[in-house]
Amino acid sequence: MAFATLVPGVASAAEAGEQVRGTLQTSLSGPIEGVTVEVATPDGEIVDTVETGEDGRWEVDLPGAGQYVVSVDPDDLPEGVEVNGEPSRTVTVDSGRAQPVNIGLNDGSRNDGGGTIRAVQLFVDGLRFGLLIAMAAVGLSLIYGTTGLTNFAHGELVTIGAIAAWYINVQGGVPLIPAALLAMVVGGVVGALNELAIWRPLRRRGTGLIAALVVSIGLSLALRYTYQIFYGGFSNPYADYQGQRAKSYGPFTLQDRDVASIVIAVVVLVLVALMLQRTKIGKAMRAVSDNRDLAASSGIDVNRVILFVWVLGGALAALGGVLLGLSDQVQWDMGFRLLLLMFAGVTLGGLGTAYGALLGSLIVGVFVQMSTLVIPNDMKYVGGLLLLIVILVVRPQGILGSRARIG
Amino acid sequence: MADLINAFAIAGKAFFGFQAVFFALLAIGLNVHFGYTGLLNFGQIAFAMLGGFGIAISVSLWGLPFWVGVIVGVLAAVVLALLLGLPTLRLRADYLAIVTIATAEGLRLVFRSVSATPVTGGTRGLSAFNRDFIALAPWDTARRYDLLGTTWSGGELWVVTVGWILVALCSLLVWALMRAPWGRVVKAIREDEDAVRSLGKNVYAYKMQALVLGGIFGAFGGMIYAVGTGSAIPDQYQNANTFLAYGALILGGAARVLGPVIGSMLLLFILQFADTGLRSLISNGVIPAELLSATDVAQLRYVLVGIGLMLLLVFRPQGIFGDRREVMLDAR
Repeated sequence: MAFATLVPGVASAAEAGEQVRGTLQTSLSGPIEGVTVEVATPDGEIVDTVETGEDGRWEVDLPGAGQYVVSVDPDDLPEGVEVNGEPSRTVTVDSGRAQPVNIGLNDGSRNDGGGTIRAVQLFVDGLRFGLLIAMAAVGLSLIYGTTGLTNFAHGELVTIGAIAAWYINVQGGVPLIPAALLAMVVGGVVGALNELAIWRPLRRRGTGLIAALVVSIGLSLALRYTYQIFYGGFSNPYADYQGQRAKSYGPFTLQDRDVASIVIAVVVLVLVALMLQRTKIGKAMRAVSDNRDLAASSGIDVNRVILFVWVLGGALAALGGVLLGLSDQVQWDMGFRLLLLMFAGVTLGGLGTAYGALLGSLIVGVFVQMSTLVIPNDMKYVGGLLLLIVILVVRPQGILGSRARIG
Repeated sequence: MADLINAFAIAGKAFFGFQAVFFALLAIGLNVHFGYTGLLNFGQIAFAMLGGFGIAISVSLWGLPFWVGVIVGVLAAVVLALLLGLPTLRLRADYLAIVTIATAEGLRLVFRSVSATPVTGGTRGLSAFNRDFIALAPWDTARRYDLLGTTWSGGELWVVTVGWILVALCSLLVWALMRAPWGRVVKAIREDEDAVRSLGKNVYAYKMQALVLGGIFGAFGGMIYAVGTGSAIPDQYQNANTFLAYGALILGGAARVLGPVIGSMLLLFILQFADTGLRSLISNGVIPAELLSATDVAQLRYVLVGIGLMLLLVFRPQGIFGDRREVMLDAR
């Protein structure tokens, strides 16, 4: 990450006078010392000129409230660091306030600084994002495989994980790691409730798959707006692991929490794969997913397997939600937005297969991040959706799917 | 008691308001898709957005006459339907569902993005494009009119009048089509695609025609909404609206000509009544503010719609007027 700003200093409330202050640093160069910062009135009358200290900080006392122009001298910046846009900012200072000033710095590892580095950086970010999608999507794909249900409410399992962890972590004061484990339990329980309270009775009633699909949409709508009522429309960060500085790993940089999230995701997904491959219940899951009637006739308790799939899917989605909340903050509709990318991943890999979901999600994650090389950042999800449509034209059964499933 | 009567009057206005027209047109389109042909279009709101922005962009950006804007909106909807149908209509039903929901969300993100701002106005949208349309009204649009205890502005009344005429015409078209051979083929596709194919019908072409037709109805809905609010803003066209329209369709009864119309009038009435009623209960202190604040009421509506949609599909999939045998759809 190449974030580079004048991070606002901590305002000391004791001082009554007006002030502007900030910190000059970038993720690569660290705090920048000895840069001239000039503060003037809008008429051009200079209030004061200071240099940033050893820790990159600077502050200027002001004669009173009003508008001021803060400018840095670009010539003082170290090699490779540039100011984003104009080297000056106009700020309005209220009376009695120490006004933080943000001047964006560019250390060349993002935007136009060397294409290869940026591509590698986006690739790594994409892998991290893809692993998150994969964790959430494995459950979606297995549920589809075992029950035929296209579960549009799966995104809400992601959100419940993130929100549960937020309440336990921020309101309850529990550290994030145990909070995440508790959130996984919550996700698993909600998944089980989904199956026991809604989908199993509906299967017993003989509700058609299309009706079930619309029911899942109704469930998604109801849950999503319930979250908004209780949690609110704002995005909030977790209490732990905030404000980390990105570390350099050669051609790319990562924050420690991103490294941790990649490691956690890889370990969890390998464990899931081992479970599917080696354990009895995992084999049963794949058997039911492959051919339900055959599995039932060879003595597998299909309903028990489906319940297990829901618990597993719910717990994985919840963990994915916690990790997504860690990097992108917690929001009431984060799961729904992720759902569309999960569908893209699952369709790309092949609906109903666990490994297909994994592979497809990774590709979608990388594609979405890498697409910002050519399209604006706020349209990157659109790239993922376009990919979904292209897949359906070229190879509708997905990479690992079988032709027979697509109708 | 006065609050209750007041809530009833406001809800009564919603029964005929342009939002009801909007949802009725969306739901008529969905009826062609889902009710008659068995297509799962979850991106109906995208057609509406193209309709609304077709007018808004043509009139306020390109300076074209209003009726040209209508044609642009319809053409845009046709193109979208073709683009959506081409890859998915040969596949099983849920692929269309996934692609349409993704496209609707994607299009909204494109329309509200920074790079689209010169064309669509970004998050603030476009306005000032319905003057020509309002000027066509045969009565004074600056006045306010009292009808049956509710107050309407002249412009509002004009939009609503045109809207309900449009709804009537669309319903008439659907009624005529479903009596014609085309309607019988389409309904047969819903029941058994392979059987229709074995009779030598081009199932793909029929599905595509149904998708285009329903999409055009959706675009009309978006146009009414745009001239009704006087502005076209991408975030007005949230995905949840598609599901509200599904709620209206299933409430009224799918595969019935008047099902979507009655359904959306009732749905809007219920939503508005719940909204006004809950707000007055909160302001009177009957519901404690800690439990539910006035700002939460808007969200609570969607929760109720979601739960209502689930309950309807499970316990009464045919809605009020529908025929149970006609709505027992299954994935093939």
